[in-house]
Amino acid sequence: MEFRNPQEDLDRFKSRLTITVGFVLVCFGLLFARFFWLQVVQHDYFDTRAEDNRISLVPLVPNRGLILDRNGVILARNYSAYTLEITPSKIHDELDTAIDGLATIIDIQPKDRKRFRKLLDESRNFESLPIRTRLSDEEVAKFIANRYRFPGMDVKARLFRQYPFGAFASHMLGYIGRINDDDLVLIAQADQDANFRGTDHFGKTGLEQRYEFELHGITGFEQIEVDAGGHAVRTLARTAPVAGNNLTLTIDAKLQEIAEKAFGHRRGALVAIDPTNGGVLALVSVPNYDPNLFVDGIATADWDALNNSPDKPMINRALNGTYPPGSTFKPYMALAALTYGKRRPEQAIVDPGYFTFGNYTFRDDKEGGHGVVDMYKSIVESCDTYYYILANDLGIDAIATFMRQFGFGQRTGVDLGLEGSAESEGSLPSQEWKRKRFKKPEQQKWYAGETISIGIGQGYNAYTPIQMAQAVAGLANDGVMYPPHLVQAITDVRTGEKTFPPPKPPRTIPLRQQHIDVVKRAMVGVVTEGTAALAFANAGYVSAGKTGTAQLYSLKGAQYKEGAVREDLRDHALYIAFAPADQPKIALAIVVENGGFGSQAAAPIARQVLDYYLLGKVPEAPAKIVSTVQEGD
Amino acid sequence: MNRWHPRQLWFWLMAPIDVPLMLVTGLLLLVALAMVASAAPERIGNQVFNMSVALVVMRIVAQTPPQRLMHLALPVYVGGLLLLIGVALFGDISKGARRWLNLGFMRVQPSEIMKIAMPLMLAWYFQRHEALLRLRDYAIAAIILLLPTALIARQPDLGTAILVFAAGFYVIFLAGLPWKVIIGMTVAAIGGAPLIWGALHDYQRARILTLLDPEKDPLGKGFHIIQSTIAIGSGGILGKGWGQGTQAQLEFIPERHTDFIFSVLSEEFGLLGNTVLLGLYSLLVGRGVMIAVNAPNSFMRLFAGAITLIFFTYAFVNMGMVSGILPVVGVPLPFVSYGGTSLVTLFVGIGILMSIHRHRMLVQK
Repeated sequence: MEFRNPQEDLDRFKSRLTITVGFVLVCFGLLFARFFWLQVVQHDYFDTRAEDNRISLVPLVPNRGLILDRNGVILARNYSAYTLEITPSKIHDELDTAIDGLATIIDIQPKDRKRFRKLLDESRNFESLPIRTRLSDEEVAKFIANRYRFPGMDVKARLFRQYPFGAFASHMLGYIGRINDDDLVLIAQADQDANFRGTDHFGKTGLEQRYEFELHGITGFEQIEVDAGGHAVRTLARTAPVAGNNLTLTIDAKLQEIAEKAFGHRRGALVAIDPTNGGVLALVSVPNYDPNLFVDGIATADWDALNNSPDKPMINRALNGTYPPGSTFKPYMALAALTYGKRRPEQAIVDPGYFTFGNYTFRDDKEGGHGVVDMYKSIVESCDTYYYILANDLGIDAIATFMRQFGFGQRTGVDLGLEGSAESEGSLPSQEWKRKRFKKPEQQKWYAGETISIGIGQGYNAYTPIQMAQAVAGLANDGVMYPPHLVQAITDVRTGEKTFPPPKPPRTIPLRQQHIDVVKRAMVGVVTEGTAALAFANAGYVSAGKTGTAQLYSLKGAQYKEGAVREDLRDHALYIAFAPADQPKIALAIVVENGGFGSQAAAPIARQVLDYYLLGKVPEAPAKIVSTVQEGD
Repeated sequence: MNRWHPRQLWFWLMAPIDVPLMLVTGLLLLVALAMVASAAPERIGNQVFNMSVALVVMRIVAQTPPQRLMHLALPVYVGGLLLLIGVALFGDISKGARRWLNLGFMRVQPSEIMKIAMPLMLAWYFQRHEALLRLRDYAIAAIILLLPTALIARQPDLGTAILVFAAGFYVIFLAGLPWKVIIGMTVAAIGGAPLIWGALHDYQRARILTLLDPEKDPLGKGFHIIQSTIAIGSGGILGKGWGQGTQAQLEFIPERHTDFIFSVLSEEFGLLGNTVLLGLYSLLVGRGVMIAVNAPNSFMRLFAGAITLIFFTYAFVNMGMVSGILPVVGVPLPFVSYGGTSLVTLFVGIGILMSIHRHRMLVQK
């Protein structure tokens, strides 16, 4: 209890007020200290934060380089189209509900939804993903008018890759698809992360993959002032993107087309090379697929159809198909015999139609044999017995050493796909090869009997068509081997400056010209009077060739009858050739899967290709199977 | 009435006006016009209208003798309390809070009335018990204080509750609340903090947590604080210039013409602008303190002192929350933030100070 008088009251009030004034000053002092801290001490930090807020860097994706054939025919290009894209992180409803809403004004097919789902599963975070591509102008207008109803969705103008010829040269061109984790690793390895900001496609196979960093170009940037809602207010600065480089190929598109068409509906591969420089003129793997399907994410149904087809269209047979060379191996065997001094050209055998080694009998295709056979005749008529004996005389390791010089059993290093992994190695058998190939000791030993069938290109032999083409080009060029390549020039679009990828230096195989001439003469004989004579009747130029058949189905002792065997077990038909014989401009290797005899199925394809390349003749229909008197090949 | 000479009209108008107070508030209104013109130029007309209304109200209140105000204490307080109960029972919900009462012909925000009614009521109460103050009197004062505060806090409107509580508490403190009670209450408050925490709404807790670590949720609840501190910090010493604040003009600052208008000022006028503003508030408080000290009786002293400190509290809480040292509660920057209601309340306070100052001699007997 306290009594008060007014003066005491006033004094107490004054003291209390003084305290509060002190409190006020302390508080304002505190605020001032805070402002000083933020505005003076930390000013630089907050200034940076404010700038970061304000300025958004928007990558400007460059135009991808074009791919052109040697004559300037465009094989891959870009076109601009509108896509309707969804940024999933900005959708607040259930995604399906949002898409349902969208479907009320824009046509969205179940396959579009499926594809979107797939992209969503594969997507990097915060990406905007296309739900529909190639919108019509009307659809764009409709969406723009209703845009406010669809937050997180927008129409964007994008450049799309287009392969104007569709299912054509697809294994060579490859295709691009949306960037996935594997691609990100490649981008990081190439130290291109910054340059790929904003890019959402990447080369997946073929040239598109190998030359990704040439084709991509340099990403530009736009500094945009944005408000808190992320809306662009104005452009502050702009660095224009630099379009990717154009690729000019060594390929002749017309030749490629003729070669592809020559196969008709058959499966197989063809590689044609300019022997004087290694430039690939045509690289066929049929059946093709349409690379356009992949560009904005392949529909599940299309993917299943491609993947489940028994024809395996996705396999690049030219680089990844490995086939026994069959009788196309014989010219190299003959050359090995001459080089190692195991045979003279005129040295002849008498062929009884078989060769006995130990308990085994190796049969010649021609019943009763070819009679007296010298080296010329052994190639022209494709006598097996001659090469059974020769292989036995040479021995497996000598054969392997010789053949390795022609590139058999090694990757050619052709500029397609990912370096080192896009090409199969094939197998060049030798004692060492067998030791490495098999695990069990009893399987690791090389038996002399196994050498015999190597002589006619069977047994463990297996090479890719591009290896075979490289070898025949080397032979045509008298042992000077140019590694095959597809890109002739890389053009900087801005300056028009062309750079030529430094050619890999040729390797010269130590051979004697007179030996080469013997083999070449015999290969001309194949075309003029031998197993390919029918296919090359009245050619108008002199080519050199060799037919071959790769056996899939071993009929021990029994005669092989084509019609009696299921198609997918029939032999592969092969043909190697170069022309003109005296000054080769083109060398090629052809495999027709399950085509039967090389003379019947593969040589006519070579005829059409050479006719066009040397004479400009355009065939009217796919190459027909030529029926020959079955003469063995 | 006779024909008025303009000079006569001017003298009549200015008669109850305290010139120093008018000068300081006038400067603050100029700052307000500049900032609203930068942050929300389309609202400048509205704000000029709000200011005019507020000044008229100030002039009327300044004319009113303090004794009449004293007589209004009980009815206004009780009326305000009843309206608050009415809000709790029948109030309109807006933005998740029940703050407005629709009386049919107008919507009122009774909590706003309490900002003045509370110190008025308590000052009147202490005037009546001037001669003899017992602890029981403080207890009754505490009930007078806490009842409306609790009702307002439950609406929920933490900002107003703090201001109302502060207004009342200043009266009790200035009236001579014994130190032992103050210390005891402080200890109890610290002890009761967990209880208070439990009574808070989720969003209120979130605000406090956000204050402690705004970067934890940079796009959510921390966004306001982060963006306003960025604005303040990037302003530097001299600021980016009027209308040049990127944080403000590109709408990174939320509520930039109302509660967060201070960050716009900070960004565009820098530490210099902030210091000027702090100076103006200090002058305002200083003038208010002078008026309180010179007031003739206990009621007027307490009332004037509390109103002065309310201005300070407004300013401190707002600048503190915008610069990230206090939690975000809805308190406008006094005289500067856009909006009519709080401006009228503030000028009622200014009018009261002027009235008390004008009547400093008349009642002294």
